[in-house]
Amino acid sequence: MSMRQLAIALWTIIVREIRRFMRIWPQTLLPPSITMTMYFIIFGNLIGSRVGQMDGVDYMSYIVPGLIMMSVITNSYSNVASSFFGNKFQRSVEELIISPMPNWLILSGYVVGGAARGLCVGIIVTIVSLLFTDLHMVHPLLTAVVVIMTALLFSVGGFINALLANKFDDISIVPIFVLTPLTYLGGVFYSIHTLPDFWQGVSLINPILYMVNTFRYGILGISDIDVGWAVSAIAAFIVVFFVVGLKLLERGKGLRS
Amino acid sequence: MAEPALSIRGLTKVYDNGFHALKGIDLEVPQGDFFALLGPNGAGKSTTLGVVSSLVRKTAGEVKIHGIDIDRDFSRAKYQLGVVPQEFNFNQFEKVEDIVLTQAGYYGLSMRECRDRCRQLLEDLGLWEKRHATARMLSGGMKRRLMIARALIHRPRLLILDEPTAGVDIELRRSMWSYMRRINAEEGTSIILTTHYLEEAENLCRNIAIINHGEIVENTSMRDLLTQLTRETFLLDLARPIEATPSLAGFEVEQVDASQLMLSIEKGQRLNDAFHQLGEQGVDVVSMRNRANRLEELFVSLVEQSSGSAPQGGEIRS
Repeated sequence: MSMRQLAIALWTIIVREIRRFMRIWPQTLLPPSITMTMYFIIFGNLIGSRVGQMDGVDYMSYIVPGLIMMSVITNSYSNVASSFFGNKFQRSVEELIISPMPNWLILSGYVVGGAARGLCVGIIVTIVSLLFTDLHMVHPLLTAVVVIMTALLFSVGGFINALLANKFDDISIVPIFVLTPLTYLGGVFYSIHTLPDFWQGVSLINPILYMVNTFRYGILGISDIDVGWAVSAIAAFIVVFFVVGLKLLERGKGLRS
Repeated sequence: MAEPALSIRGLTKVYDNGFHALKGIDLEVPQGDFFALLGPNGAGKSTTLGVVSSLVRKTAGEVKIHGIDIDRDFSRAKYQLGVVPQEFNFNQFEKVEDIVLTQAGYYGLSMRECRDRCRQLLEDLGLWEKRHATARMLSGGMKRRLMIARALIHRPRLLILDEPTAGVDIELRRSMWSYMRRINAEEGTSIILTTHYLEEAENLCRNIAIINHGEIVENTSMRDLLTQLTRETFLLDLARPIEATPSLAGFEVEQVDASQLMLSIEKGQRLNDAFHQLGEQGVDVVSMRNRANRLEELFVSLVEQSSGSAPQGGEIRS
């Protein structure tokens, strides 16, 4: 395929993915907005007023970056996992396999489509958060880079999950038993400096801690970890996950007999 | 000499469970042909077509589409190919027009380039009025036609139709036949058809291969194959009921019921002779039809021979 044809094919997958989550917006865009509003009301307003400040900023402002990141992570992941597995289940994935598109392009299309949903939800949650607190981004470029990289990373993760999944239950195991606990323990609601030394050490092996803190640094200018190292680690994870996803796709795992 | 539309050499497929689905088959489909690939369930038809369309990984062998090796230049090879699979494999929640245009996008065709083509296909296949309907709202026949429109949007040179008229009523089936004939004749699209309706294969296809137990048991032109039929059986409807079965010299006759006879004719025998004898015995025939489709008789016979069981019905001249 020529460069122009590749670009059209990539754009086709991305548009199809965006059209899909837009078509079912009551399932994809509305629930995270409502959930996050509840978090802002309960954790930010009601409990946050008793907590006071965390790392020198008021508690409501402190939790906003974490909650935005949490919604980006879960939505990027679940978009690709459910969309690609749905295509596998309906066998419409055969359209892609039969087509002349190279595997890297199919993977890229789904990943960008998934990241688009993550970022859409992130923007909605950010707008909701403005009803509760003022946000002044300290490092807008870093904020944008980190949220996009995180969305891409978890989109690839969702794709790998969908490839390996044999039934619908398999695509909910990782979000429920891995992503949610790691996100809650990833410094969304607290600074790891408030933890005992042992648990601080344990927290440092949680990759989501680095994403949440780097994003928080971009918005509030405060972080528990080295931001430069975190950005490099996220980039490395994206490359590793992409290669794994590509290899599984080439092997036709769950797609070709 | 023009490259064949499809060339298969030594194609072997052994599934993970050890099942030997294809045992080194060779097959060639000439350009512009309307080719039937027939075989009983589980014979290896879908596996063969699955390998060609890259849904199934081959164990060994070589596949070329219009001279392009699917292993060496898969992108260019796949561009030549359109596939209408046995089962509906589009997103049931998408709109008809979106399904066809999205497929065009997968082949690198922009919306602008293929809108007219999409409209033409949907009109030809009677789906234009349904273009804004979601696919799941379509009837079974419409879904089949949607899969044909989707497969043709990028103007493939080789079209694989895997049981395209399964579950479709006879009227619609005939209109689909005429459409397939048209794209074969006017656009020069080579077509490979698998079907369980042998009448369909006999009507449409010029060449034929029969596969059984992962091996090609016959590969010839439809005309040559039909000349192998050494015996045909006809059902004769009688004007008046008869009590005893008439005896015809040189012919095998069975009485189906009081108003119907079954007459078997060997190759070289004349129907006129049989009718003459029937007339002499006062038996009036008002209509006549083949007991089974001619290809069906041959097919059953070939499959039974290759399976090692005794042939029934039509016999094959050795």
